[in-house]
Amino acid sequence: MGAESNQPLLRIEGLFKRFEENVVLDGASLNVAPGSLVSVLGRSGAGKSVLLKCLADVVRPDSGSIFFDGKPLGVGNDLARADFRRRCSFLFQSNALFDSLTALENVALPLEQTTDLPDKEIRARSLEALRQIELEAHQDRYPSQLSGGMQKRLALARAIVTRPELVLFDEPTAGLDPLRRNAVFAMIAKYQRQFGFTALVVTHDLTEALIASDRVALLDKGRMCFEGTPAEFSASTATMVGEFRDSADALGRTIAAIRRGEALQPEDS
Amino acid sequence: MLRALGRYSLSIVHELGDYALFTGQAFRSAVGARRLWRRIVRAGFEQGVRCLPVILIVGMFTGLVLGLQGYYVLNRFGSESLLGTLVSLSLVRELGPALAALMLVGQAGSALAAELGIQRNTEQIAALETMGVSSHAYLVTPRLLAALVVYPMQTALFVTVGLWGGSLSGSLLLGLEPGVYWSAVEHAIKSQDVRECFTKATTFGLLTISLCAYHGFNAHRCSSATGARAVSASTTRAVVQSSIIVLAADYVITSFLV
Repeated sequence: MGAESNQPLLRIEGLFKRFEENVVLDGASLNVAPGSLVSVLGRSGAGKSVLLKCLADVVRPDSGSIFFDGKPLGVGNDLARADFRRRCSFLFQSNALFDSLTALENVALPLEQTTDLPDKEIRARSLEALRQIELEAHQDRYPSQLSGGMQKRLALARAIVTRPELVLFDEPTAGLDPLRRNAVFAMIAKYQRQFGFTALVVTHDLTEALIASDRVALLDKGRMCFEGTPAEFSASTATMVGEFRDSADALGRTIAAIRRGEALQPEDS
Repeated sequence: MLRALGRYSLSIVHELGDYALFTGQAFRSAVGARRLWRRIVRAGFEQGVRCLPVILIVGMFTGLVLGLQGYYVLNRFGSESLLGTLVSLSLVRELGPALAALMLVGQAGSALAAELGIQRNTEQIAALETMGVSSHAYLVTPRLLAALVVYPMQTALFVTVGLWGGSLSGSLLLGLEPGVYWSAVEHAIKSQDVRECFTKATTFGLLTISLCAYHGFNAHRCSSATGARAVSASTTRAVVQSSIIVLAADYVITSFLV
């Protein structure tokens, strides 16, 4: 069964991770309620992807705790971790599709390798996932024969075919133009409602995240410096939130200064 | 100098241990792996059918050259009738298993290392792990188990074609009676030679495929390069080390079995 409504489905407490001298996560904490769409915002290099990879066990944190459905996922909790993997899917920034498998084979892969369902059932469920994501007509195509948006949808179909309770999205809109960014966020919000999974999205696209998310968190220098609703984010007077929120205005001021020929202060990017 | 030597020696011991654990993990992962047979058959196709032309061509030319050289040497002593013995024992005991393994390393082993390296680079291996799929069971175990069957079969084919190559150059080109050649072959090969041949082939299969898989799987840990260059470097290392280990293992097995 899923978590109780008053209990977060996912709880992250004081996650710490360093790569040699570079501290990437410095005590990051976050709560994700069941059925919600939570976006973690932050600049490039703020530690967003590492946070997600710690959750997916691709990267092991140095310290801190992760709880899924109330159970800790640390070293030695193999059963809880196996349960987490069964109930969670991860959507990579690069999609991580198997380029030597067709669209249908890509979607069928997690079912083939993690369940004992008969082949007929696997095919039916995979085709159903492709149909829901409007890719049924492309089932025999390889990922390289699909457009960027189709690949993203295919990766989502693969992520949801196992009917997960939690889907982790790593920068789903990275490198996309504004129209595609909107489309991807709309797709996430649509399927999140349709399939009822909990979504944790890591992104640096502020506008789309504020529109589509139930809650947002801001990660800076490895720590969560804000967690709340999009309305609270918009109203927040915290310095980091202001800087991030007003980045478009800041760009306008910078460009105006350049045009006026004023000397610019070097800024941390 | 001494410190650098010590550090280098330790890194080799570390890598050997890591390789042994990797191979052990691949075998352990066979337990409970789902739909393993399908992947074994697919790996068998890649190592078997796809490598068939090169095995047949190299086997034939090896036999032809052995027939020619053997005939000229034996002719000096008036012992042309022993050509079948020379060709068959050379092929069954040494050249068959070693050359077939080297050809398989060149074709199937390099392809495996490059494929796994690219899969590592494009996060496909990480994707498997996040799905709860054992990447060892899915990517390495089927290749390793297929190699234990395919290498002996390819070696048997190599030897058979090589024997025909020896017969062609000895009988057809140089005028040796075919009956004399094949009779010598029949009397020369003992069951112990065949056992030695298959022992070598199986060992080479295990060593080379696991080594190529190890290097491809760990392409991201390559210290001298990243990205496409890391794939290239790990593939080169896989092929070079596999080729060396075939010849080294050949010597060790021969010294124990002869």
